[in-house]
Amino acid sequence: MDMKVAKKLGLKERYALMTRDLAWDTTYQKMEDVFPQTTYEGIKIHDWDKWEDPFRLTMDAYWKYQSEKERKLYAILDGFNQNNGHLSVTDARYINVLKLFLGSTPPLELMAARGFSMMGRQMNGAGPRVACQMQAVDEYRHFQTQIHSISNYNKYYNGMDEFAHQQSRMWYLSDGKSFFDDAITAGPFEFMVAIGFAFEYVLTNILFVPFISGAAYNGDMAAMTVGFSAQSDEARHMTLGLECIKFMLEQDPDNLPIVQRWIDKWTWRGTRKLASVGMMMDYMLPKRIMSFKEAWEMYVEENGGALFKDLARYGITIPKCFSQTIEEKEHVSHQSWIGFYMKPQATPFHTWIPTPDEMDWLSEKYPNTFDQYYRPVLEFFDAQEKAGNRFDNKTAPMNCQVCVSTMKFNEPGDPMEMCFRESIYQGEKFHTCSDHCKEIFDNEPEKYVQTFISSHQVLQGNCEPDGVDVNAPDFKPGQDMLGYWKLDKRALGDFNGSEDQKNFAAWREQATKN
Amino acid sequence: MTMLKTLAPYEFKSRDAVENYQGRQLLYVNWERHRMFSRPFVLAMKPETPFSAVLEEMAACFSYHPDWQHIDWDKAIWQNGNTPFTPDRNKSLKDNGIGHKDLIRFRTPGLDGIAGTGY
Repeated sequence: MDMKVAKKLGLKERYALMTRDLAWDTTYQKMEDVFPQTTYEGIKIHDWDKWEDPFRLTMDAYWKYQSEKERKLYAILDGFNQNNGHLSVTDARYINVLKLFLGSTPPLELMAARGFSMMGRQMNGAGPRVACQMQAVDEYRHFQTQIHSISNYNKYYNGMDEFAHQQSRMWYLSDGKSFFDDAITAGPFEFMVAIGFAFEYVLTNILFVPFISGAAYNGDMAAMTVGFSAQSDEARHMTLGLECIKFMLEQDPDNLPIVQRWIDKWTWRGTRKLASVGMMMDYMLPKRIMSFKEAWEMYVEENGGALFKDLARYGITIPKCFSQTIEEKEHVSHQSWIGFYMKPQATPFHTWIPTPDEMDWLSEKYPNTFDQYYRPVLEFFDAQEKAGNRFDNKTAPMNCQVCVSTMKFNEPGDPMEMCFRESIYQGEKFHTCSDHCKEIFDNEPEKYVQTFISSHQVLQGNCEPDGVDVNAPDFKPGQDMLGYWKLDKRALGDFNGSEDQKNFAAWREQATKN
Repeated sequence: MTMLKTLAPYEFKSRDAVENYQGRQLLYVNWERHRMFSRPFVLAMKPETPFSAVLEEMAACFSYHPDWQHIDWDKAIWQNGNTPFTPDRNKSLKDNGIGHKDLIRFRTPGLDGIAGTGY
């Protein structure tokens, strides 16, 4: 008797059975009661089955791929750590990039994991639900592997151990926290535009160029491997974000103005978030890959510009802020570095003045702005530091009500003037750093009046270490910020003279000589 | 008009409403064309505080800049936000018309920062 062998399922059938076929429409409860979030933003979806799954990946295949990547990653991390890989980086200044990255990025990966978990519940269609659940797991994996790769440095260098405590407290981490808090408290479609599209598609490359390529170029195999391990996930994330945009635009013409407003908003919020990445590239990497300006031209102007051209057939136009970002690429990295350099007692990483060679590199890369606006003040700081009078601005900052950056950007068209914008809402003044942040505020003031601005919270008496009696008659707010932030004193101050600098030099000497 | 859309009533107080400052109010101060200080600084002061107290805070911060000692105070130009005003150092913030979250913009004509760069 012939055996009846079932035909092996094709990838497409297998995918359909393992994803969409597992979903059902509810009957005991109305679908709109089970999925209320996908209608209130005003986005109209007529047929969820029209969602094209951009990658047909089933959960079993997903686990198999990811576990292979993990095995390779941890083998390399172990090898790097056991061979004192930290001593093979270009110079100890590089480690400060890791400190900045550790505080600013893994906590946001965790927020992305939370956000995509919510999307995996809130979306009606089975296709986007499965894709969002996988992205949630990816983001969690990135959060973990980034911390694991940097944990080895934490054994040797100062300022890394309290990053989780500092995430929601440190002044300079507020911009990233606010970015994700804004996205995750929006509805699911706005979240997808914010994170899935604007951040993953338009801006992620700018973050990964300095980090992954920068790590590789500066001899940090651990961070480089983490980056490469995340890359294949990122490709999937970018496709998901773009598919979501196209799906919304194809479903109903009324969706276009809403999607356009979100693209405008989130491209700008992402741009502001990346100002500190610019200084990482131009000032903090001892060996530089390319300037921030060059990266912006390649990844945002060229690639992003081509993307928006592609979306023009749906009626999408280039984000309003695009021309301002092009003007600012000449300035933001310098303005950011000055902003950090002047606060040596308020960050868990060191800052420094570039060497004369490095300043010449900046002059070459920024022929229109560096010598004209930034070199003289950096040389002044350098001379002051050498004379024992290192700059330390002890005042507390004014911040933008929307992006929560310190108010450090120039008026468009005039690099010598500061840019200030103001709105009045319910009789109270609210300050923003730009026309684009002002517009975001004015569109939804109810949301942004709640912004957590750390310098204001200090003055309200809400930023005190445990044990301080805020009702005591002699209480003065903000007297122990180091205690509140849990800042390690050894991690403060200029790189010159730091414990990291001395240890690195001594250990490298031991590793290379008798 | 607001474009906010929510699933439920959405009413939250401003986190920086003046009543959160125990009788004090916020004031921002910027020295224009001296961007070495990166951004304005913020103070919390009682409305009865004399303006001279703001001048002391300005000196404590801005005197690091070599231009500070060259200021001709008779020529200084003051703005509250975008509105020109002339502060009286002996009068209170309130009597100088300074309210919660006002931004004082201080200009010193002829002094444009290190090597005239605006920094």
